Parts: sequence; structure tokens; C-alpha cells
Amino acid sequence: MNFAFTADQVMIRDAAQSFLADESGSAAVRAASASETGFDAGVWQRIGSELGWCAIPVAEEHGGLGLGAVELVLVLEQMGRQLLCAPYFSTVCLAANLLTQVGNEQALRRFLPAIAEGHLCATAPLSSGADDWLDAAAQIQARRKGEVWTLSGHCPRVPDAAAADWLLLFAQVEGERKAALFAVPREVAGLKIEALEGWDATRRFSSITLDGVTLPAEDRIDDASRIEDGLSRAAALARLAIAAEQLGGAQQCLDLTVAYTATRKQFGRAIASFQAVKHRCAEMMVRIEATRSAVYGAAALAASKTTADALALECAVARTLASDTYFYCAQEAIQLHGGVGFTWEYDPQLYFKRAQASSHWLGNADGLRERIAQALIA
Amino acid sequence: MNLQPSPTDEAFRAEVADWMRRHLKGRFASLLHRGGPGDEEADPALRKEWERELAAGRWTCVGWPAEAGGRGLSIEQQVIFHEEYARAGGPGRMGHIGEGLIGPTLIAFGSEMQKRRFLPGIVAGTEFWAQGYSEPGAGSDLANVQTKCWQEADGSWRVQGQKVWTSLAHESEWIFVLARSEPGSKSRNGLSFLLLPLSQSNVRIQPIRQMSGGSEFNEVFFDGAVAESGHLVGKPGEGWKVAMGLLEFERGVSTLGQQMHFAYEFDLVVKAAQANGASANPQIRQRIAQAWCGLRVMRYNALRMLSGGERPGLKREALIYKYYWSNWHRELGKLAMDVLGPAGDAISDDPRIRPLQQLFFFSRADTIYAGTNEIQLNLIAERGLDMPREPRPAV
Repeated sequence: MNFAFTADQVMIRDAAQSFLADESGSAAVRAASASETGFDAGVWQRIGSELGWCAIPVAEEHGGLGLGAVELVLVLEQMGRQLLCAPYFSTVCLAANLLTQVGNEQALRRFLPAIAEGHLCATAPLSSGADDWLDAAAQIQARRKGEVWTLSGHCPRVPDAAAADWLLLFAQVEGERKAALFAVPREVAGLKIEALEGWDATRRFSSITLDGVTLPAEDRIDDASRIEDGLSRAAALARLAIAAEQLGGAQQCLDLTVAYTATRKQFGRAIASFQAVKHRCAEMMVRIEATRSAVYGAAALAASKTTADALALECAVARTLASDTYFYCAQEAIQLHGGVGFTWEYDPQLYFKRAQASSHWLGNADGLRERIAQALIA
Repeated sequence: MNLQPSPTDEAFRAEVADWMRRHLKGRFASLLHRGGPGDEEADPALRKEWERELAAGRWTCVGWPAEAGGRGLSIEQQVIFHEEYARAGGPGRMGHIGEGLIGPTLIAFGSEMQKRRFLPGIVAGTEFWAQGYSEPGAGSDLANVQTKCWQEADGSWRVQGQKVWTSLAHESEWIFVLARSEPGSKSRNGLSFLLLPLSQSNVRIQPIRQMSGGSEFNEVFFDGAVAESGHLVGKPGEGWKVAMGLLEFERGVSTLGQQMHFAYEFDLVVKAAQANGASANPQIRQRIAQAWCGLRVMRYNALRMLSGGERPGLKREALIYKYYWSNWHRELGKLAMDVLGPAGDAISDDPRIRPLQQLFFFSRADTIYAGTNEIQLNLIAERGLDMPREPRPAV
């Protein structure tokens, strides 16, 4: 047993840190999030083809690097810290993750190599229930006639849908107990994508309506034998990914605050020298390091052989802590920046908005705690 | 990062578990899950015998080097030992101040004579130690020690003053004391580190009654108490260095054992909630889940602390650890009492209730001893975040 990062893992983390500090600073984030697409296509292209980050969790047999959750978490932490505006989370942490966990063999070969190369942008719903997308599946109905599927229904919150080449959507099939997963191309008759204008502009959401969308049989991409276990694993890994981003965001809130309080003088000295300020920064650090331990621990578990239930529990723990810590640190950052913390010009507001928005992705902390309680108490 | 244990470690784990199963029974059965902070008054005589049982199996001082009488176990195996010890319900260690504090200090700073004289008694479980650091005027400001010491013509040392919060002094043969050897010196300068026998007429031990009713701590009064000339550790005036040196070696190997005990307490809380129906209460369920999150955090945080890399004392996860576990433990105590409801208010000997009441009361001390919450937050801000120290008034 060894809990230290390998040299390769440290290298990946450091590379992510320096690239994102250069390409996703405050000005870049503000420009990207105000642009029409919501992200800088040049940066996204470099991430995909030059840095190879989309290949991190994809198996080598499908053209990926075959690395594990630990490497992914280290990159995501830096993305969350810099509020990277790019369809990385939706493509890698939702779509590629779902494909890997529940996709049939044909679908894996069809989509994963293009994702790993950074040529394909895909997404899936980021619903707010703690029930592993069952809420999303219930809102779309699929019927099969011969070789053709017809889908109708609604999906209220899909991230980066406007940028995606393919949307992976859950649906309920008549006569089937479990959820089914379909790959829906963006340009298809009957699919309506409506952009939602959000307070958190760093991740774009759309609402999706399907009105008799027809798909060939091969576009049903789930492997029925894996769906139950796989959905649980995919949701756990997606929660871990959200937690890693939240951890990075919380760390940046603390770093911004420590830097600001060191320069701001009142009563003839830097406010960072007052215990009333120091103790609150220290409390932020305690919660961040606690969250970091939980996130790295869950990642180490995800990278080893484990059951779906154990993984779900550990990732729920990480995600619960990360959500609470992120919001706490974002609100403390605003408070300890004083008046400027409330302005548009200073960055704490960006993190505050992301902290709130991300707090309910795939279940909020209260919902996940109830899931944890069910596992512990029944 | 790898959570898989090696086959050698697995075999060692089985060996420890097996030994505990074969020995922690019969006349020792009453010690299961007893002792430790908050329960130190549980049968100390039998727990001292248990120390000798451990010693006979070579299970004391497992992390010490072989030449000091230990087993020289790797960090991983020490962790496994402490985990399995606690998992088996091994009693709180009467010898922990000797094994964990003064022993390693002597190994690092002691003379050959001191090592020969004192280490074997610690390893054998025949001599027990108390720690004389805090004083009425030297709590958070530990460097403000006022107890004096001086050397007599025959080379022996005399100690005059008072120590306080001295755990288990009444059950110990020896005490190590930080005292001011240079008259007029201030703060961390001019202190010396001495070893004294407690059974001498010019030492008086007075128990302090705690809010939980028991008396694990004492006041210790020294009125010209004598230490042999050879029982000064380090050089005169270098006592602070010796006293603090230990923190540099402490790798927190026993923390995972401590966590096993926390997990045991957590299970008692869940069982109590299941038994009286509190587990159906949504707020209680939220708090139980929250407590579980803390247990997972502490486990992974300890694994981070124990992994290689930077100097252990400066790692971020090490800086937050004491603050984190003590506050978590205090919260668990409150949760336990809220689960018990009125049953928690009645003084009880029920093994399902008494430990939870002890937890509730004694965990109030957790956030005070070994660096109060407030001192911990200062350390975290100054060492972890490089924030400036509060300006101090000129003396």
C-alpha cells in the first residue's frame, strides 16, 4: 500500500497546472464565457490533440492512454481551479465514462477512439437527482419498430449540448425495466436544443426536447448486461470528477483570499496578520485538505479493483465534502475580500456561482448523505 | 498510489490478529475496548499486566530499532499493528507515554547510560512515565515555563515548581520535566530537560477531578525534587530542542489505530440509533452520514501523512490532522448524546451507553490538549499558508 503519487502522476498534474494557468486565467475565462460558444476553440483543440487529456481514462485498446481515475482527478482539479471553459467534462467525464461503463462493444469502437484523439465532442445529462440518472431516463420514451427507434421526451439540463457532435441520452423503453442509453446526433430532425442562460457562465447548459426523433438500431448503445452495475459506476466516477473540479475551485478561493489579505492594509497592517482573518483562512485550509484526502482516496479506490457499491459510497463521500467545502470557501472568499469581493471585477463571484451551480449536479450533498445513510443504517 | 496491500503485509496482519485473539481473553477479557483517554481509570493494575503480556509477545515498542529493544517494523507494518490492535479491542496502552514520547526522545537525544537505564523498562512494561510540560502559566504559551532547576555541588539536579494536566502521574514511576535552568532566561532559551523518579518525598501528586467525574490528570508539585546528575537529557539550556524534537520524528503511525477506535465508537452510535429508532430521523441520518465522511477523510488523510515526500511535520495533511480529528470526535460525542436522548442523561454502566457518555464528556478535552483549536489554527495559517504572525507586544 502506498498513497504517494507516482512521478508520472506528478508530471501530469504539473503540466495541467502550468498550461491552465497560462491559457485559462481570469481574463481568458471571462472572455470565453462571454463568447457565443462559451469556450475557446483553440484551447480545446490543444487539450484534445496536443496534450492528449481526452485520452487519459480511455482504454488503450480504444486508442486511449489507459490511465486511471487518479490521473484524471489531478487534471480535473486544475481545471476546476482555473474554471476552464471547454467541453472536457461533458465529453470525457460524462460521455466517455458512460460509454466505458455501459456501452456495448460496437459503441466503444465507434466513439471512444475519436474522443481519445480529441476529434469528437459528446455529452450526457447532468441531472440533479442522487439516483444515477433514473430521473433523466424517466423523461424520455423510446419505441422500436423494425430497425428504427423513435424517441420523444425532454431532458432539462445537458451541459455543452450546443457544442456536442453526439448527445448520449437515457430513455425508458416500453416493456423494459432498466434504463436504455441512446446516441443522438446533434443534427437530427425532431431534436430541439435550447440554450439556458445561467449565472455560472463557465459551463453552458441546454434544455433538450425530442419530438419523434428516429434513430437506426445501432444508436442504442447500452450493453443490457452491464447497465445496472455500470450506471452506478459511471455515476460514481462522474461525481468524483465533479468533486475534483470543486476541490480545485475551493483551493483557488483560498489562494485568492490569502493573496488579497496579504496586500490589503487596515489599521496600519496587512489584514492577513489579524487572527480573525487567519483563523478563517486556516478553517478553509482544513476543509480543503479534508476534501483533498477524500477525493484522492476515492480516486485511488476507483483505480483499484472494487465493487460498484463500495465505489458509489466512497465517491458520494468525496462529492458531499467537495460541494460543502467549495461553497464554504467561495462565501468566505467574498467575505474576506470585503467590498471588492462583491464586485464583478474581482474573481470570487465566478467561483461562488460555480460552487452553487455545481452543488446539485448528480445529487446535492443532502441527497447524497441520505444515500450514504442508507448504505450504513439501511 | 496503490491501495493493494502486499502479501507480506497481509501475512503480518494475520499474525497480529491471531496473537490478539489468543491473548486478549480469559483474565484480560474485561479490558476489551477499555482504557485510553477518558477511560484511563479502567483497571490500571490489570492493564499494566497486559503491558507485560504484550512485552512477552514482543509487541511493545514495535517501531523502535532492534538495538533499542524494538522490532524495527516498517511504517506500513507499524500501521498494521496499531490497526489490528485496535480492531481486536486492545485496551488503551498504559505504556504509551514511555513508548511514544520519552523512548523515542531518549533514542534521539539520550546518553548511552540513559538508554541502557530506561529503554528496557519501557520495552518490558515494568516502568511507566508521565510528561511534565504544562504549567499553570504555560499552557498554549508553553515556552513560558517557570519551574526552576539547578545543579548541586554533587552534580545532582533539584527541581522547584509546579506542573499541571499531568496524565497518569499517579500510575507512573518516572516523569520527564521541562524546567528553567538559567535564572532570568525567557521563552524557549535557558530550559533543561530532566528525568525524575516520582516516588520521592519532595514530589506531591494531586489529582484533578474532571467534568466527567474521573481524575486522569494531576497537578504535580516539586519542592526541591532530586534528579540524578546523569539524568539530564541533552545539554543544559537545550531543553526546548529536546522537548520539540519529538515532533519531527512523530509520523503518526498510531493515528490509524486511533481511527479504529473512532470507528468502533461510530458503530456504537449507529447501533444505539437503530435500537431506539433515532435512525429513522432524517436529521440524525444526515449527521451519521456526515460522521462517516469524517472517518473516511481521517483514513485517507493519515495515508497521505504516512506516504513519502516532504518532511512530515510540514505536510498540509499533517498540519490539519489534530484540528480535524479532535473537532470530528467532539461532534460525534454530541451526536451520540442526541441519539441516546434522555437515556444519555442518566449515569449508566450499560456498555452500550457508558462509552458514549465518556465520549461526549472527554471529547471536550480533545480540542484543548496538545494545542488548542485556536493554537492549531494559528499554526495552520502561519506554517501552511505563510500568513504573518500576530505582532507581539515588546517584553
